[in-house]
Amino acid sequence: MATKIIFDKPKSMKDVPMHYCPGCGHGVVHRLICEAIDELNLREKAIGVAPVGCAVLAYDYWDFDVSEAAHGRAAAVATGIKRVWPDRLVISYQGDGDLASIGMGETIHTANRGENITVIFINNANYGMTGGQMAPTTLVGQKTPTTPMGREPSSTGFPIKMAELIASFPAVRYSVRTTVADFKGVVQTKMAIKKAFELQMKGEGYTFVEILSNCNTNWEMSPVDANRFILETMVQTFPLGTFKDERYV
Amino acid sequence: MNKVLMKGNEAMAEGAIRAGCRYYFGYPITPQNEVPAYFAKRMPEVGGVFVQAESETASINMVYGAAAAGARVMTTTSSPGYSLMQEGVSYLAGSRLPCVLANVQRGGPGLGNIAASQADYFQATKGGGHGDYHLIVLAPASAQEMMDFTMLAFELSDTYRVPALILSDGIVGQMVEPVELRDFVEKIPEKPWALTGARGRKPNVIRSLWLDDEGVPLNNEWLQTTYETIRQKEVRWETFMAEDAEYLVVAYGSTSRTAKSAILLARQEGIKVGLIRPITLWPFPYQILSSLSLQVKGILVCEMSAGQMVEDVALAVDNTPLYFAGELGGRMFTDIKIQDKIHQMVNGGLQQWQPR
Repeated sequence: MATKIIFDKPKSMKDVPMHYCPGCGHGVVHRLICEAIDELNLREKAIGVAPVGCAVLAYDYWDFDVSEAAHGRAAAVATGIKRVWPDRLVISYQGDGDLASIGMGETIHTANRGENITVIFINNANYGMTGGQMAPTTLVGQKTPTTPMGREPSSTGFPIKMAELIASFPAVRYSVRTTVADFKGVVQTKMAIKKAFELQMKGEGYTFVEILSNCNTNWEMSPVDANRFILETMVQTFPLGTFKDERYV
Repeated sequence: MNKVLMKGNEAMAEGAIRAGCRYYFGYPITPQNEVPAYFAKRMPEVGGVFVQAESETASINMVYGAAAAGARVMTTTSSPGYSLMQEGVSYLAGSRLPCVLANVQRGGPGLGNIAASQADYFQATKGGGHGDYHLIVLAPASAQEMMDFTMLAFELSDTYRVPALILSDGIVGQMVEPVELRDFVEKIPEKPWALTGARGRKPNVIRSLWLDDEGVPLNNEWLQTTYETIRQKEVRWETFMAEDAEYLVVAYGSTSRTAKSAILLARQEGIKVGLIRPITLWPFPYQILSSLSLQVKGILVCEMSAGQMVEDVALAVDNTPLYFAGELGGRMFTDIKIQDKIHQMVNGGLQQWQPR
């Protein structure tokens, strides 16, 4: 009987076990990036920048060129790469501490320059790798090792809404927020990533895909409960949607 | 001879362009502001890229990206800005990324002032950032050398995959002198390790992190082996009237120019004094200092600092009396002052420098 392969590993992805916690969104998003790269035939043009955080080892899974970056500096590193290779696909992959806390300056100015790169922002509302401490995106009331009584706005402020903030810069081409907490969200995330890559390859400017993703280990939930938490609670602070999709004239 | 009148800072920028540098990322800070201004005008003429970054932190990481992409790339700054870059410098060293940096030193610590200083010697030669690393450190003393050493810095950095630093100061950066323009470098070395897109090869990865037991020790062993080769091959210095000298002055950068004037004045008085001027501050010319120290009665180290390079001179010198004269906080030497210190050294009126 002839077999027909209907599901396979993307060519841009290495066939190795991942170190991510079971149920974590990183693996899903890694795969979506690789699927988009394969479909656009960009593997030989792709250059990734890995952040400091759980995804620093992204090059163990991505089968294309990758650079590390110091914590928060991925957008600056991506800028340097892109200025040297304007025709390559440059992807900066960052978490919330990296992108919205220590790297906020680099994030905002890279967006404001309209740097022709794609930033994939994994928002899991905590510092996953260091043990789940408060991130700039931690929800009000959310308990973390550094907010043991829950995040209190009077001393720590409010969660920063990056996709909306990024959308406010005129030179930004595309800014969206999606999630990988359910199947519909995975499909939408894939479409957003692919669209961002296409826009970049057309030279249309800075593209930003914020993805709500669970950190079930540090949230101390099962993966199923963690995804439900995203869909029921996290989206109230971080609404899904497209915040900018137009080119400045 | 194709000589033009240039500021030291401009000569450095033109030298970079002639060395094939087509990417510059920088942030304004005095006294090196001529550099970004020069690149902003010049880069478009040669098809290069100038980006004014949002901070020195961003500059150094843009340099990291462009270096990872295989380009000749540069950033320049002055002391407080160079402090801000130290995280990136450590990453550049750890990831073996060639690039050229420049610190046009000013008075410190803190915001200090905008006058020339040499108080960043420790930071430049002993680390600055975290981890076991060195930079190749070149110390120009003229506008011509700002051009020549910058070009040399690109060659050395690419040869060894070690970042190179031009350790200049506000005087050398701001002085205007005739500069002979050097030929453009035609051929830049291949960089098969660079990120170019994995076309027809396995992916390249630029990294300084390994979580296993072996990776970071192995990377450090590679670095140390490379540093040893550089120590053996790339030590550079200049001597001035040292052959028959009974006394020596050791000075680098702009202070070496002042020291030469002082030495000429002292020679007119019959004092046989000469100069050793380290050109590479790392690797430091320990051996020549050690051998010359055997022929002299005293060594005077002059620095615009409270005494930093003098510690390296002390490592090279066994029994010869060692003296130190410093200028603090952005004050510069005069030839008369160094001449006076030479007198005191010769007459026994100067206290010997002691390890503190």
